[in-house]
Amino acid sequence: MAERRIRQTWIAVRLPRLPISFKIDRRVPLAALFLLAFTLVVLVMSINYGAYNMSPLDVIQTLTGTLPADHPDYRNFVLVVHTFRLPRILLAFLVGTALATSGAIMQSITRNPLAEPGILGVTAGAGLAAVAMIVWFNDAQMSLLPWAAFGGAILTAAAVYLLAWKRGATSPVRLILIGVAFAAVLGSLTTFILVFGEINDVQKAYVWLTGSVYGGNWQHVRTLGAWMLVLLPLAFLSARSLNALNLGDEVATGFGVRVERQRAFLLVISVALASVAVAVAGTIGFVGLIAPHITRRLVGPAHEGMLPITALFGGALLVLADLIGRWVIAPSELPIGIVTALIGAPYFMLLLVRYRK
Amino acid sequence: MIQAENLSLGYDSGANIIHQLTLTLTPGHITALVGPNGCGKSTLLRGLSRLLKPAHGAVYLDGQDIHAMKAKDLARQLGILPQAPTAPEGLTVHELVAQGRYPHQNWFQQWSGDDERIVAEALEQTNLTLFADRPVDTLSGGQRQRAWIAMALAQQTNVLLLDEPTTYLDLAHQIDVLDLLAELNEQGRTIVMVLHDLNQAARYADTIVALRGGQIVAQGTPDQVITSENILQVFGLDADVIVDPVTGTPLCVPIGRRGGRNKKAAASINGKVKTVIPA
Amino acid sequence: MTHLSSYQTRILGSRVLLLPGLLLSLVLLIGCLLWSITLGAADITPQVVYAALFDFDEAEFDHVIIQTVRLPRVIAGVIVGAALAVAGAIMQGLTRNPLADSGLLGINAGAAFAVVLVVYLLGTPSLSVYAIAALIGAGLAAAFVYGIGAFGGATPLRLTLAGVILTAFVSSLTTAILIQDQETLDRIRFWTAGSLGGRDFAIITQTAPLIAVGLVGALLISRQITTISLGEDVAKGLGQDTLRIKLIAAALVVMLAGGAVALAGPIGFVGLVIPHIARFIAGVDYRWIIPYSAVLGGILVTLADVAARVVLRPLELPVGVMMALVGAPFFIYLARWKVKR
Repeated sequence: MAERRIRQTWIAVRLPRLPISFKIDRRVPLAALFLLAFTLVVLVMSINYGAYNMSPLDVIQTLTGTLPADHPDYRNFVLVVHTFRLPRILLAFLVGTALATSGAIMQSITRNPLAEPGILGVTAGAGLAAVAMIVWFNDAQMSLLPWAAFGGAILTAAAVYLLAWKRGATSPVRLILIGVAFAAVLGSLTTFILVFGEINDVQKAYVWLTGSVYGGNWQHVRTLGAWMLVLLPLAFLSARSLNALNLGDEVATGFGVRVERQRAFLLVISVALASVAVAVAGTIGFVGLIAPHITRRLVGPAHEGMLPITALFGGALLVLADLIGRWVIAPSELPIGIVTALIGAPYFMLLLVRYRK
Repeated sequence: MIQAENLSLGYDSGANIIHQLTLTLTPGHITALVGPNGCGKSTLLRGLSRLLKPAHGAVYLDGQDIHAMKAKDLARQLGILPQAPTAPEGLTVHELVAQGRYPHQNWFQQWSGDDERIVAEALEQTNLTLFADRPVDTLSGGQRQRAWIAMALAQQTNVLLLDEPTTYLDLAHQIDVLDLLAELNEQGRTIVMVLHDLNQAARYADTIVALRGGQIVAQGTPDQVITSENILQVFGLDADVIVDPVTGTPLCVPIGRRGGRNKKAAASINGKVKTVIPA
Repeated sequence: MTHLSSYQTRILGSRVLLLPGLLLSLVLLIGCLLWSITLGAADITPQVVYAALFDFDEAEFDHVIIQTVRLPRVIAGVIVGAALAVAGAIMQGLTRNPLADSGLLGINAGAAFAVVLVVYLLGTPSLSVYAIAALIGAGLAAAFVYGIGAFGGATPLRLTLAGVILTAFVSSLTTAILIQDQETLDRIRFWTAGSLGGRDFAIITQTAPLIAVGLVGALLISRQITTISLGEDVAKGLGQDTLRIKLIAAALVVMLAGGAVALAGPIGFVGLVIPHIARFIAGVDYRWIIPYSAVLGGILVTLADVAARVVLRPLELPVGVMMALVGAPFFIYLARWKVKR
C-alpha cells in the first residue's frame, strides 16, 4: 500500500511566553485575503458608480486622502464620496457582517443549516414595531425608528425563548417552530396595520420591510459599528463553545459545557446582531442563511476560522448586492433586500436539494 | 470510583425509570450494563454522567457529588460518548478529536503544544493518523466510531462512559471497537458501557450489571451473572449457557419456541418450551 | 428527528356515531351561518333573515342587504374554510407532517404574488383572471414544496423551514412590485390580508366549481390517503401506486388552496388547526377526516369572520388576521406538546 501523505489542515498560532494559542483552518488566511480584496474592488466600483461621474483612480485618491487639494473637482469628489456614497456602502457592509455572523451562530446552535436570524421571530418583531411606528406615529422622530425595531426584535425573541422553555431546557426544534408561529402572527398584525394605514405611509413601510440601506448616513454607521465592536469579538471568542454545541447537546455536556447557559448566551449575541442590523436597514433576508453555508464549504465548519470568514463574506455580499440594486434598473433603485432574495433563492433551492437527512 | 446512592432517574412525565438504585463501580474494570429494551440501562448511564439530573439520590465520583462539581472539573475526569453521535458535515477527524481538549482549554489558550501532542497520540492509538485530514462523514461506520472514541481519549479522563458503542456497526467492526476499548482499559481506564449483546458483554466485561424495570437484578462477574435463571428473569427467555470455545466465558444460546430447520433437534423443542415475554 | 405522538383516543369511540356526528356538525354549521347573517352594521332578527331567504321581497332594505351582501359573504366563508381545511388534511396525511398548512408552506404566498403580479401588469383584470393567477401561483409554490418532499426526508421541521424561506422569497418579490406602484398597492392591500368582505355571487360562481371538484376528488382518494399516511413504504408494500396518488393529491391541493386564495386572499392556519380537530373526533381514517375537515373548516372560518366583524366594531378586522390570532397559539401548543423532542 502506498504511503499516503497527510496534509496538516490547520495552522497553529502560539504567542511565546503568553498563555495564548489557537488554531485555524489553513484555508482561512487565503479566504480572508481574497474576500478583503474582493470587497475593496467592489467598494471602489460601487463608489465609482452613480449619476456623478468619477474615475476609479479619483475614487481611490479621495478615499485615501491623496487627492491633490488643487484638483478642480476636489470639493465635489469629497462630498460625493464621503457624504453620499461611502456611508451607505459601509452600512451595507456592516449589516451584512452582522446578519451573516448571526446566521452562522443560529445555524450552529440549532444544528440546522436551514436556520437563519429571522427564525426566532426577530425580523417579524422588528417589522411590526417599525411598521406601527411609520403608519401610526408618522410625525414622531424618524431617529426613534431603529430603537422601536430593536425593541420589537428583542421582545419577540425573548417571548419565543420563554415559550420554547420546558422543564428546565429548550430544544432547537421547539425554538424554530415557535419562532415560525410568532413570525406568522406578527406578520399578520403587520398586514393589518398596512391595510388600514394611509397609503403614502404604507408604501414607506413596505420599503422598510424590504430592507434598504438607502439614505444610510455616518450616524447609522457609527451606531452599528459601536454595537459590532462589542458583539463580534464576543461571537468570535465563543467559537469553541459553538464547536462543542455543534456536536450535539450530549457531547457538549460531556465536555463540561453548560449547554443551556451557553445556548442562551449565544442566542443573545445572535439576536442582538440581527436586531441591530434590522433596526438600521430593515429586513434583509437570505444573507444570514447563505453566507454561513458557503463559508462552511470554503473553510470547513470549525468556528475559529469560519465565523470571521462568514462575517467578511456577508459584508462583501451586501456591498455587491447594493451595487447591483443601484445598477440593475437605474436610474430607479431596487432595494437591497430584493436583490439578496433574488440571489439567495436559487442558491437556497440547490441547498434544499442537497441537504437531506 | 463511581457510586450511585438511592438514585432515581426519570424524564419529563413524572414516573421514574430508575428507582432507588444503589451501585458501586469498581475502578479499573470494564463494566457492562445489560437488560431488555426499556429497562433503563441507557438512562442509568446518562444519570452516571451529567446528562440527566437525578430526581432523588446522588452520584459520587471519588466521594464528590458530580452535580456539585464544576462542569469542567468533572469533564476532565469523566468522559461520555452518547449513542450514535453525529458530526457536522465537513468536519475532519483531526478537528473532531481536537474538540476533546475542550475541558482543558480556556478562552485564550485554545491550542497549546500539549493539546497538539495529545490529539496526535489519540489518533495514533485509534489507528486514525492516516485519516486525520478526512471529513468524518466520509468514513466507514467503524472508523467513525473510532474517531469519536479518539475524541473521548483526547479528553484524557480516567473514566469513560459509552452508550451502545457498537450500534449500527457490522460484526467485524463491533469486535474491533470492543478490542480497542479493552486495550484502553488495560492502560488503566475505567470503562462503563451499555451493551445489547450479552455474549459480547460476557467476553469483554469484568463486571456485568443486569437490569430490568429500573432495578438491578444481578451484578457480578460474567460467570455469576450470565446464567439460565438470570436470563429467564431479566429477558423472559429460556436459554442454555455454555462455555465460549474461544475465551472460556459464558455463552448464551437462546432456545425459543421453534427448533429451527434441524428436524431432529426441533422435535425435542417444539411445543415444549414457552417463552414468557414480560409485559 | 421530530415525531408527532399519535392520537390514541378519538371522541367518537364507535364508528356508528361517525355519521350522526357529521350530520350534527352540519347542523351546527348552518346555525353558525344564520347567526353570522344576523350580525353586521345593523343587526337583523332571525325572523327577517328567514323571510329574506325564503320569501324575498326586494322592497325590503334588509332583504336586499342579506341577499347581496351578507349571504355571499357567509357562503364565501364556508367555501374557503372547507377548501383550506381539506387541503391541509391532504397535505398532513401525505407528508405525514402534523404542521403542514397551505399558509405556512408558502402556497398562499405564491398565490398572492401571482395575483399582485397580474393586477400590476393588467390593471383591474376580470375575476376569472384573478382566479387563474392564484391557481398558477399556488401551483408553482406547491410544486416547489413537493419537490423538497420528493427529494427525501420531508420532516416537519424541514418542510416548515422550506415554507418560511419560500414565503420570504415570494413576499419580497411581492413587495418589490408594491413599492414600485402605489396604485396596485392600494387596490390589493386589503386582499393581501385575507378578507371575506365585498365578495359577491359573481366571484363565488367563478371559484366554487374548482373547489367543488377539489372536495369531491379529495373524498374519492381519501382511502388511498389513509394508506399513504401509514408511510410511503407501507403503501407501496400494499400495492399502491404512490407516485400517482401523490400527483393527484398535489393537483387537488392546488385547486383547493388556489381557489380559496382567489376567493378570499391568503388565510393561514385553517388547514393546520382543523385536520387535527377532525382527527381527534374521527380517528385516523381519511374517509371520515376529510368530510369532517370540510364541515369544521366552514364553521371555523364563519366564526372567525363573525369575531373579526365584532371585536373592533365598527372597524372590521381582515379574517386572515383573526385566523392567525386563533391559529398561532394552537401551532405553539402543537410544537410544545405534540412534537417530541
